Amino acid sequence: MEDETPTLAVEDLKTHFFTKLGVAEAVNGVSFTVKKGEVVGLVGESGSGKSVTGFSIIGLVDHPGRVVEGKILFKGEDLAQADDDRMRSLRGRRIAMIFQDPMMTLNPVLRIDTQMIEAVQAHEQVSEKEARETARDALVQVGIPSPDERLKSYPHQFSGGMRQRVAIATALLHKPDLIIADEPTTALDVTIQGQILHEVQKLCRETGMSLIWITHDLSVVAGLADRICVMYAGQIVERGEISDVLDHPLHPYTNGLIGSVPSHNRRGQPLAQIPGMTPSLLNLPEGCAFHPRCPRADGACFVQPQVTEPAKLGHEVRCVHPHLEQA
Amino acid sequence: MSVFIIRRLLQSVVVIWVMSLLVFGGVYLIGDPIDMLINPEADQEDIDAAIRALGLDKPIHEQYWFFLINALKGDLGSSFIFNEPALQLILARMPATMELAFASLFISIFFGIPLGMWAGLHPESIAGRSIMTGSILGFSLPSFWVGIMFIMFFAVILGVLPSGGRAETTEFLGMQVSFLSWDGLSHILLPAVNLALFKLSLVIRLSRAGTQEVIHQDYIKFARAKGVSEKRVILVHVLKNILIPVVTILGLEFGSVIAFAVVTETVFAWPGMGKLIIESIDQLDRPVIVAYLMIIVFMFIVINLVVDILYSVLDPRVRLQDVKA
Amino acid sequence: MTATISETLVDPTGKPADLSPFQRFVSDFCESKVAVAGAIGVLIVALIAVFAPWISPTNPYDLATVDIMDSRLAPGKQMMSGVTAVVGTDGMGRDMLSSMFYGLRISLTVGAMSGFIALMVGVCVGLTAAYFGGRVDTLIMRVVDLQLSFPAILIALVLLATLGKGVDKIIIALIVVQWAYFARTVRGTALVERRKEYIEAAACLALSHRRIVFKHLLPNCLPPLIVVGTVQIANAISLEATLSFLGIGLPVTEPSLGLLISNGFEYMLSGKYWISIYPGIVLLFTIVSINLVGDRLRDVLNPRLER
Repeated sequence: MEDETPTLAVEDLKTHFFTKLGVAEAVNGVSFTVKKGEVVGLVGESGSGKSVTGFSIIGLVDHPGRVVEGKILFKGEDLAQADDDRMRSLRGRRIAMIFQDPMMTLNPVLRIDTQMIEAVQAHEQVSEKEARETARDALVQVGIPSPDERLKSYPHQFSGGMRQRVAIATALLHKPDLIIADEPTTALDVTIQGQILHEVQKLCRETGMSLIWITHDLSVVAGLADRICVMYAGQIVERGEISDVLDHPLHPYTNGLIGSVPSHNRRGQPLAQIPGMTPSLLNLPEGCAFHPRCPRADGACFVQPQVTEPAKLGHEVRCVHPHLEQA
Repeated sequence: MSVFIIRRLLQSVVVIWVMSLLVFGGVYLIGDPIDMLINPEADQEDIDAAIRALGLDKPIHEQYWFFLINALKGDLGSSFIFNEPALQLILARMPATMELAFASLFISIFFGIPLGMWAGLHPESIAGRSIMTGSILGFSLPSFWVGIMFIMFFAVILGVLPSGGRAETTEFLGMQVSFLSWDGLSHILLPAVNLALFKLSLVIRLSRAGTQEVIHQDYIKFARAKGVSEKRVILVHVLKNILIPVVTILGLEFGSVIAFAVVTETVFAWPGMGKLIIESIDQLDRPVIVAYLMIIVFMFIVINLVVDILYSVLDPRVRLQDVKA
Repeated sequence: MTATISETLVDPTGKPADLSPFQRFVSDFCESKVAVAGAIGVLIVALIAVFAPWISPTNPYDLATVDIMDSRLAPGKQMMSGVTAVVGTDGMGRDMLSSMFYGLRISLTVGAMSGFIALMVGVCVGLTAAYFGGRVDTLIMRVVDLQLSFPAILIALVLLATLGKGVDKIIIALIVVQWAYFARTVRGTALVERRKEYIEAAACLALSHRRIVFKHLLPNCLPPLIVVGTVQIANAISLEATLSFLGIGLPVTEPSLGLLISNGFEYMLSGKYWISIYPGIVLLFTIVSINLVGDRLRDVLNPRLER
């Protein structure tokens, strides 16, 4: 029975930002689960609430935002109800996070060793020497050459890819059960991106940890994730096995996203695109938030659509007019 | 690094040389050096002797050379009033001023940074707003007036602190200091706070702005995501980042603390260089004025130099790049 | 077509677009109550300064009416001449209220005059530096930077030590202290403007240097100059008061607020607080009012200040 409990189960999560201009519903009723050892891709445009979902799980939503509703069950424990001390003891130890811009994630005025040793000592009562050993091993694990020397360096002496490796090594220090990766390869060169993806995939398989990979890039998750959640305007609009969603997208938005990735096969044809822009979170359209941009929209879309599984069990969609013909 | 220091040193030498030209020009060309440097009450024989001693009968470039050599030897003329070498007179008063200046820097840093960080972390709180209002007042109120208010409140109305003067000094690490005794502390408290007000406001503003900028950086969020305690996030990650600019600017401002000590020393009858220069101006003791000017210019240049070098040592980002001077 | 454009021009604060720039400026300024209070404060102070000879109960400069028997009267006591000294009298028996009115007049005159002349000098120098660029610019800015690296009080101290006391002397000292701020501000703004195309266009039309500088460059430098000017007047008043307090500013015959405070300082320890306190309050009121106005001007005009 123990194994049946998913590593993470998010239920109807709502994170709102209380700004002077009004309440921005950045995350508005998101539910998904991550099983042990599973890689889940969280895909959406910027402003779709995917990063806020990640920060809600780790309890680091910026002011003036806060989780207003829903459950974040981490191995059965509701993090939405956990106090600051409990969250702090989980962060970095059981749940770790990797950020988007490696140039910004390391403190520029502190040496790498300071920043890694403090991460070790935040959760373990060990001497500085032991902590340094742990940090060194973690650097070796992510493939950083001459780690002893590197530990004594400052972040600005590293390239972007190296810094992201350091960030990943830091996240791995305590062998967490769950890593939330918030677009960790977006700011990197394509070759480095490939290396990091390969590295992370390998580490996941070796350690058996679960991974939430947040990205706007479908091609990145395609080779990485087991399952995928597509987010639009604070809601998950489609969810399922990676092959189901990518090969037979049900939601018009997912369909549009896939269509707008340039591909070799469709060379010469005009690139499909989704018309319009992501709506303002302060002023979402009535009913389905996507309907103003949707080619299939009609009067029925003015009512908030329910989640259904029209094609296959475990492949859910929040749409009145899903693309069943492709399924 | 060493190239940078050498270049900076050369620059300072050039500035000192320019300043010596300006002072020489002011004293010897615009003003009448006989008036400026020779006691007007001396008789003709003394005046002639002094003219020869100062080389005033020589051509102008030789006079400048003479002035420069004398200045390098530390001879900046003798006070009319005290009949002592002006340089010695000022140096004798310097420890008192330094003690006051360091006390006020201490206050600025040890109160300014925590207050500024608090205001930066809680900008909407009542305490945060009060701190900022206080710092605006600290900027705009004339410091002599605040000093007078201090005296009136603490010395006249409450009678808990002395209204001025410096306590008996004791020897400490080869310097004459007054802050080691209770009496000394009670004497230095009001003038030090008074002198610190402006810098305190500056530090509060810098720390607040720095904190607000740093606290939203990803590396702070990442530190939290590592599970590092909030105390460590603020005391290590935030503090270390704001410390560098704050300390640099404070260092650069040290010269202006010495200059503003003129006001505070006058208000609180603190026997330092500043009080001496005001008395000298009052009594037209020009050699002392010239000497004070040269010393303070020299101090300014040395401070700027030291701060620049320290900055390049402190900030790892600056250290390794080739700094453009 | 025109209609659609003017509709889109309505700004987010909901103000109609047909206001003149000046009306818009006034309405922006008045949005801050504190700033309006500051502006009223400045107006009151200015009016008192202008009308001091007519509204003062006595003439503090007229030695014939000053009676030594009146010295150090507490506030509310009656003087020998029968006039009530509302805020007391000073050590020489002069009515403090009248002295304060006249002192304010001197303080404001010194502040405004020195500020204005320094502005003129700074504008000319700054524009020269920006317009001609190259070596002229480098040389001027070196001097400006060198001067600004020394605190104002030190420069004023040195000048007054060589020049001596007097209203004219202190104005000269304050001009020397302040011109560099204006020069730097003007140069900074002018450099930005100079790179814009309309200046190139004017140069292509073969307009004279003078015409380009004064008709085209200068008007664009005005907003930051107004802000710096306001703040500098407050600083000048404060610095003058400080110097007079130190006894190296104004002669005793023309007491500004700073000198009044200084005169009262010696009596304060014996509890005769009013001689120092009331001029101090007036000084504070003046400086804070001007600064409040300056702060708001900075927000409203939003100049690209180099600081």
